[in-house]
Amino acid sequence: MISAQLQTASYLFASILFILSLGGLSSQESAKKGVLYGIIGMIIAVISTVLGEGVQGQIYIVIAISIASVIGILLARKVEMTSMPQLVAILHSFVGLAAVLVGFGSYLDPHTHTLVGAAHTIHLVEIFLGVFIGAITFTGSIIAWGKLEGKIRSKPLLYPGRHAVNIGLVIASIVLCVLFTMAVGTGGMMYLIIMSLIASFIGVMLVMAIGGADMPVVVSMLNSYSGWAAAAAGFMLGNDLLIVTGALVGSSGAILSIIMCDAMNRSFFSVIFGGFGAAPTGPAMEITGEVKSTDHEGVADLLKQAKSVVIVPGYGMAVAKAQFPVHEMVNKLKAEGKTVRFGIHPVAGRLPGHMNVLLAEANVSYDIVLEMDEINDDLSETDLVLVIGANDIVNPGAQNDPNSPIYGMPVIEVWNAKDVIVMKRSMATGYAGVQNPLFFKENTTMLYGDAKDSVSKINGFL
Amino acid sequence: MKVGIPKELKANEFRVGATPKTVKRLKKQGFEVYIQKDAGKMANYSNEDYEAAGANILDSIDKVYSTSDIILKVLSVTDDEIEMMHEGQVMLSYLYPAQNPELLEKLAAKRVNAIAMDAIPRISRAQKMDVLSSMANIAGYRSVIEGANYFGRFLNGQITAAGKVNPAKVLVIGAGVAGLAAIGTARSLGAIVRAFDTRSEVAEQIESMGAEFLQVEIDEDGSTASGYSKVMSPAFIEAEMALFKEQAKEVDIIITTAQIPGRAAPKLILDYHVAAMKPGSVIVDLAASSGGNCVLTKDGEIYKTDNGVTIVGKLDQLPAQASQLFGNNLCHLLDDMGKAENFKIDMEDDVVKRAMVTHNGNINWPPEPLPVSPKKPKVEQAAAVGKPVAETKPAKKASSMFITLGLIAAFLYLLGMVAPADFMGHFTVFVLAVFVGWQVIWNVSHSLHTPLMAVTNAISGIIIIGGLLQTKDNLSDPMTIIAFIAILVASINIVGGFFVTHRMLKMFRK
Repeated sequence: MISAQLQTASYLFASILFILSLGGLSSQESAKKGVLYGIIGMIIAVISTVLGEGVQGQIYIVIAISIASVIGILLARKVEMTSMPQLVAILHSFVGLAAVLVGFGSYLDPHTHTLVGAAHTIHLVEIFLGVFIGAITFTGSIIAWGKLEGKIRSKPLLYPGRHAVNIGLVIASIVLCVLFTMAVGTGGMMYLIIMSLIASFIGVMLVMAIGGADMPVVVSMLNSYSGWAAAAAGFMLGNDLLIVTGALVGSSGAILSIIMCDAMNRSFFSVIFGGFGAAPTGPAMEITGEVKSTDHEGVADLLKQAKSVVIVPGYGMAVAKAQFPVHEMVNKLKAEGKTVRFGIHPVAGRLPGHMNVLLAEANVSYDIVLEMDEINDDLSETDLVLVIGANDIVNPGAQNDPNSPIYGMPVIEVWNAKDVIVMKRSMATGYAGVQNPLFFKENTTMLYGDAKDSVSKINGFL
Repeated sequence: MKVGIPKELKANEFRVGATPKTVKRLKKQGFEVYIQKDAGKMANYSNEDYEAAGANILDSIDKVYSTSDIILKVLSVTDDEIEMMHEGQVMLSYLYPAQNPELLEKLAAKRVNAIAMDAIPRISRAQKMDVLSSMANIAGYRSVIEGANYFGRFLNGQITAAGKVNPAKVLVIGAGVAGLAAIGTARSLGAIVRAFDTRSEVAEQIESMGAEFLQVEIDEDGSTASGYSKVMSPAFIEAEMALFKEQAKEVDIIITTAQIPGRAAPKLILDYHVAAMKPGSVIVDLAASSGGNCVLTKDGEIYKTDNGVTIVGKLDQLPAQASQLFGNNLCHLLDDMGKAENFKIDMEDDVVKRAMVTHNGNINWPPEPLPVSPKKPKVEQAAAVGKPVAETKPAKKASSMFITLGLIAAFLYLLGMVAPADFMGHFTVFVLAVFVGWQVIWNVSHSLHTPLMAVTNAISGIIIIGGLLQTKDNLSDPMTIIAFIAILVASINIVGGFFVTHRMLKMFRK
């Protein structure tokens, strides 16, 4: 047993550790330490809570945590780096579920009903809000997981009048909230359950309406929600540690969403409410020119002649798990004294920073992996750019075609290089559904086929 | 905006701040260009060329200074020139702020906004404005030409009817921009090139230029964060000297490029090295102006030692080429500062705030050190590129700021009226935590966004506390069952999240 003051002190220490943990991620060197801080903080938080006054059922707690640890480790061990987005999404849903459960638990807690007046009302509103956010996070994350996993079709589901329906549902929830706060004892249970169902529905529709290339925004947005859900739980339990941690996570997710939206030149709201913001006003620019394609040996020859090579990977590389043969290729090229670098667009892949993780998995050293802004200026002096499974992020239409839906989105200007090879499965459009004038440029050559296959074959000729 | 280019006053300074080509660029950027008569004469740019490019010719130097808002110069100004300058004038030139504190004071007293082109930070974005690199490139090239000139033989190997010629051997010491340029030039003339540098990281660059990287046996790396090398240990220097001794016997041309900003050049070629060299060989010392890498170098002179080694302590500047590149660097900077129309001294800008050594009468030197990883400004820049129309007038911004603050204050006041004390305490914590999170997260490196998400995921499992507090001893209590499930799912999150982050971070390697 420890005193309440001591418990508060431990919570404060845990909060500091969590902040340091996130701060540690500012660089690769300190990141590992950051994770350690996070783990220590979590252990301190859990132990000091369990040792606190009035905690019962320790045996059940131990059982629950042990089962969960086994499941957690198995999950984390098994997951492939390419399916990271799915794992993150499903973990978000757990936080949402936990928030809903804690909300219900708190409502059932006899202590809740000893409160009177404004304190009672505010407490009930906190519960209501916590469950609301939690339920949206829960179902939204499950849908996101399904979309990423390919179990649910990725295309945005848009129906007319959906904004009206959503607004109606939110108003209904507010009405339920008023009824809920006026109910005596646990008589408001019914309202809470109905609202949970409504919130679950909102969560489903919210994510169903967003698709394809916007998935990184959805995942980071749900990340943010899971934080706010934890913060709301903190309010209902009067627990500052939960509030601090929830707020940290919430703002983290929000920032990530903003960064992603900026990288696509889209307003946050137009992503959230589905579909592309303003519809293009005119027909897309006429594309002239011919598409040329080549074979693996041809690419290998170009690689041999080039002195500097830049590789721009996209989701196609992730799908094909081509990062390993790519690394092998990089090694071969470097052994011949060529400069090889990677150019990463902020929204390449399905998760912020997805490409970096994949390349790290294949042991690519991170000092040759550069951001879009760092690489763009150098491209005019680059002999050869290899675009591996990327499309929209290298679309020149974003810069010179005001009618393109992605006009204004910053892109990697690969066409400034002397030669560009685009590895793609077919001539299909990217997630934004727009044709890419890059493929028709004179210095662009296509290489069709699965990225992993293609790169391995090229390696054979090097 | 008027840009003025005075003639350089120093004897032997043949470069000029703008060429007809860069004048055209300046005009395109929207500037009016005023140039002093004959400013480009020594670089072979005639007054007519400038006029044809759109510049106005002024007769005297004081007219240039009194007319212009921005002065483009190569070397820093003399006291007389400072007299002619006026408040608020912007000046771009070499300044060497670390060595010239009193010059900074004079410029600040005159309230001149001086940009030291030699203080442009060495970041990717600013490469196009880096005069040190562009000038070093020229020096590197010229050093080989100069060396070949005094070396009485071919540089490339040939087998001719008249007999076989062995290729010359060139040793380049210091593989900065100048060194690499020298390697490239010497290679393209057909020489065998070897290069030495204390920073082992440049080995790759040396080899990519086609030279052999020489190493000493001692394992010590001279790299520093600034990109210049540090002072090495005595043992290392001893090994280095022995290596040079060996090489001196063998090579025909030695080119030294080792310079440390603000300090005398390190002595690398000692008298016994020179004595060991073959008659007819050449030493080109690019560090001559800062004392020389060779002890026998005489600044501004070319002479032959008693044993027949020519030591070159003076280089032609290639004024036409140098002015062109220097002028381009200046144009790029002006481009970055908003061209004529939106010209602005943005002390938030990473480049401007470091190079602007005097601003509004204040001395801004030394600058804050460069962050190792590029952070928030990058993002802002990306956002700005994306939305060129989103610029609002500052006045409007300020008033909307007040409205926002007013609304926030009103909201908090209302909240304070109804909410219990307990709630207000928690609310304070909440708002502060949001701010802390906001600050901390912007610093997270782009490449670590996936691990960030996994960590925040694990941390948001802190909701487990809710479950822990609600568990009761009685398992049949619905509350306990709910709490049990809550603990279970939250723990999966914690364990899974941390574990997978750890797995990911393990993979990142340099």
